[in-house]
Amino acid sequence: MSKSFPSPFEIEGPSGVEGWEELYPYSTSFSDHRKEYEDNRFWFWDSMHWGKALTPWDATFMEVALAALSQMNSRHYRIPPADGVDFRVLYGYAFLSPVGVDPSQIEARVPQFMERAGHYFGNWDNLYDNWLDKVKSTIDEFEALDFSPLPEMEELEVITSGSAVGSGTKLISEYNKFKDLILQAWSYHFEFLNLGYAAYLDFFGFCKEAFPSIPDLGIAKMVAGVEVDLFRPNEELKGLAQKAVDLGIARAFDDPNNVVLEGAAGLEFQAAWDVAKDPWFNFTSGNGFYHFDKIWVENPDIPYTFIKDYIARIEAGEDISRPIEAIQAERDRVVAEYRDLLGSDEDREAFDGKLGLARVVFPYVENHNFYIEHWTMSVVWRKLKELGATLEKDGLLAAADDLFFIRRDEVNEVLWDYYANWAVNSPTASKAHWEPIIKRRREIHAKLDAWQAPKALGAPPEVITEPFTIMLWGITSDSVSNWLGSDEVDENELTGMAASPGQVEGLARIIRSPEEVNDLEQGEILVAPITAPSWAPVFPKIQACVTDIGGMMSHAAIVCREYGVPAVTGTGFGTDKIKTGDRIRVDGSTGKVTIL
Amino acid sequence: MCEACPIVDWEKELPTVKSFTARRVDATMTEHIVWFDRYNEGHKPFVGGKNASLGEMMMAELPVPPGFAVTTVAYDQIWQNQALVDGVNDLLRTIDHDDFAANVKTANKIRALIEAEPVPEAVVADIGEAYNALCRHCGTDSLPVAVRSSATAEDLPDASFAGQQDTFLWIVGADAVVENVRKCWSSIFTDRAIAYRHSMGYLHQTIGMSVGVQKMVDPISSGVAFTLNPINGDRSQVAIDASWGLGEAVVSGEVTPDNFLVDKVLREVIHREISDKGIEYRLTESGHVQKMPIEGDRRTSPAVTDDDLAAIAILARRAEKHYGCPQDVEWALDKHLPTGDNVLMLQSRPETVWSQKPKKSVSSGGYDAMSSIVSTLVSPLHDKKTE
Repeated sequence: MSKSFPSPFEIEGPSGVEGWEELYPYSTSFSDHRKEYEDNRFWFWDSMHWGKALTPWDATFMEVALAALSQMNSRHYRIPPADGVDFRVLYGYAFLSPVGVDPSQIEARVPQFMERAGHYFGNWDNLYDNWLDKVKSTIDEFEALDFSPLPEMEELEVITSGSAVGSGTKLISEYNKFKDLILQAWSYHFEFLNLGYAAYLDFFGFCKEAFPSIPDLGIAKMVAGVEVDLFRPNEELKGLAQKAVDLGIARAFDDPNNVVLEGAAGLEFQAAWDVAKDPWFNFTSGNGFYHFDKIWVENPDIPYTFIKDYIARIEAGEDISRPIEAIQAERDRVVAEYRDLLGSDEDREAFDGKLGLARVVFPYVENHNFYIEHWTMSVVWRKLKELGATLEKDGLLAAADDLFFIRRDEVNEVLWDYYANWAVNSPTASKAHWEPIIKRRREIHAKLDAWQAPKALGAPPEVITEPFTIMLWGITSDSVSNWLGSDEVDENELTGMAASPGQVEGLARIIRSPEEVNDLEQGEILVAPITAPSWAPVFPKIQACVTDIGGMMSHAAIVCREYGVPAVTGTGFGTDKIKTGDRIRVDGSTGKVTIL
Repeated sequence: MCEACPIVDWEKELPTVKSFTARRVDATMTEHIVWFDRYNEGHKPFVGGKNASLGEMMMAELPVPPGFAVTTVAYDQIWQNQALVDGVNDLLRTIDHDDFAANVKTANKIRALIEAEPVPEAVVADIGEAYNALCRHCGTDSLPVAVRSSATAEDLPDASFAGQQDTFLWIVGADAVVENVRKCWSSIFTDRAIAYRHSMGYLHQTIGMSVGVQKMVDPISSGVAFTLNPINGDRSQVAIDASWGLGEAVVSGEVTPDNFLVDKVLREVIHREISDKGIEYRLTESGHVQKMPIEGDRRTSPAVTDDDLAAIAILARRAEKHYGCPQDVEWALDKHLPTGDNVLMLQSRPETVWSQKPKKSVSSGGYDAMSSIVSTLVSPLHDKKTE
């Protein structure tokens, strides 16, 4: 390929953001001393996870997630051709770069990989059960963290037990533990994922050889689970909507911002709600990576709005239940027919083996998202907000959410100021120190957020081998050359992944943030940088869905297939080229989007 | 005239018309008419390849337009007239295979002789009765039919007579049907057919001629379907070409048809390419088939809906399952039948390109999960794709 993306060192950011680098750790900056390495790499903007400019604290999860992903590839399982995925922040946006293994080293890693990955594949079910326990107890540990304000006087028990360790030092420990637990939770997030993707890719590759033009969707259909935890929150909403209708209190949801539950029926509904919400409504309206993402349990107007929609459909006589048996039967049919079309019994044996393994690993691939991004992260953000409130209350910060404009390790200095001056009983320095800095950081962040980051930087790769890059981000050698050549293609046409079949025409609505989701009107086509699983309840409303980024296994693709909505994912430029009100045609079977 | 010339042999070995009746394998067959929906294997030598295939499709419950075959028993009757045999033999003897222009004339003379031969009354009566029954079946008294040659060659099951015998479309009325049956009979002696048999070394008398009479389809659109992806042999797809009007435009290559790929398993259109379709063949009010330009939006509008594509794919798949090998199918979308029920199959033949290749095994020996995963990781598919 002769064409190249701009060098990260040539990008001109927005004006008036001098000093933006201070918002993030120095290790995430493109820098002169690594210029040669950085300039010769391919970097893509991960708008799928970090579509908005990062705040200093929020950047933590980008760093932690990428480090955890990488260590599984490079140090734990020794994925033969792939080390980690490198990460940088440029003008507030996350840029990633898959790192390959020196070809001369690949062979030596094969036996190491076979032994290590083999252990996981061989003991998958036990390890997965164990994983669920580990994640739940990690969540319990997060919940147990105490970020309450320091007391005027220690409890007598601190004295009588002879512990000597007081609330101030404990608060510092609790914060350090909080950071440690984040590392732990994200290690769990990636514990099985790379292996799961590898097994899936193996089955995928087999199908592509046997049926050279099999749609990716056909393969996904054979592997996808029937009962998936990620869909559970939405199923709980349907159940509650039915309950409200059965109890005769459907009208209570007419105004989702003012739901009053009264009387015996109200109490009964409340009881059902309480059962459902823990854990299923620890569900974010975003993707879990931003402090401002709204979580259902804390913003009941969001689930109430969805319940209201479901009530309307039930009252219109619609059956909104998920047809488990039909879904199961359809999956069995697809498998049986492809199996039948294979050329030999030998192929059928390999097909059975590969499909079997892909299905063993897949519940994890589908469910980890609920347990980490939704449930764990809901608790993480709640805890961090508690800490911010404490720091505001005791005068360390001007506002609770100032905390998100302080880097995670800078917070230790604030906590030290808090503890030391609480101990001495003297004035703290933090508020005066941070006020101008945070004011400036907020200004910078707002400018970064308004800026449009480039899709990719640096030298286009010869080949992409890293399983995540292909599976999750949908970035293949083909899509990269597509991005490079994008100025030559028809302005009114976009190409992406054929993620969910069907062809429709309709009016587009661009949705850039979760807050805008409720603007969607019946029969519109949702066009978004990416969608979140928690948007599922609006899918019955829309005709089709188009996203800028995401592969076959992106959360958007999974949800679209589940709800039978035609979808094209990973178009690259959907939200740039399409405008709200444009009439577009979406062909989810061929991956084409046309502006009419 | 060369010594190996089969025409001379024919005359030498078989000096009388008796040779025509003598080519029979089964002397018990006496019927002039075989209805497609009552076809069985035993009829095959008397109805020819094309009619046999239609009969078999109908028996497989594939939606073939209704009709019947006029058997070779009827055809053989005209050769009872020794004068006709002598006349034909005299003309054949004059043929010089290097003189193309003269042979066209000779062939026309032979055909005129055959067409002037009175059709035996019993045959005329049987054809008329069958045609009227077909009219009643279709709820009309003047049903347009297609009258098609369907040659048969004893001991030559693999001989291809494709395109060598005539087809007459939009024929209405019992008399006109008889007239065109006779034209089909004579088409065994077109200059092309004579030359073909000469070059292949086939004897003229081994050829018998049956004629198919079938309800005419008046198509909105028509085309062909392959039960595999012709580009890569992928058997999980059906490739469909479609254009407006009669199938002639697609078969002759006069238009670039719309091209679709339908997934057999997902039952979805996974590829579509809509072409600019310049012409179509369709029926004029005077009952003639005419090539007409296509105007306006129709040129670039799809010639079939997604529902039509699904129906075509299902039928093609059914044919493939019935015959047990990939098929090459001709289909049409009838104007007069209700939507959903209007896809008709005109023909189904074995696909010849990919079917010749042995089915490729994609698994390399015994299945081992870990080594398979390693090889997938080390040489990922997405790299191969960009090569």
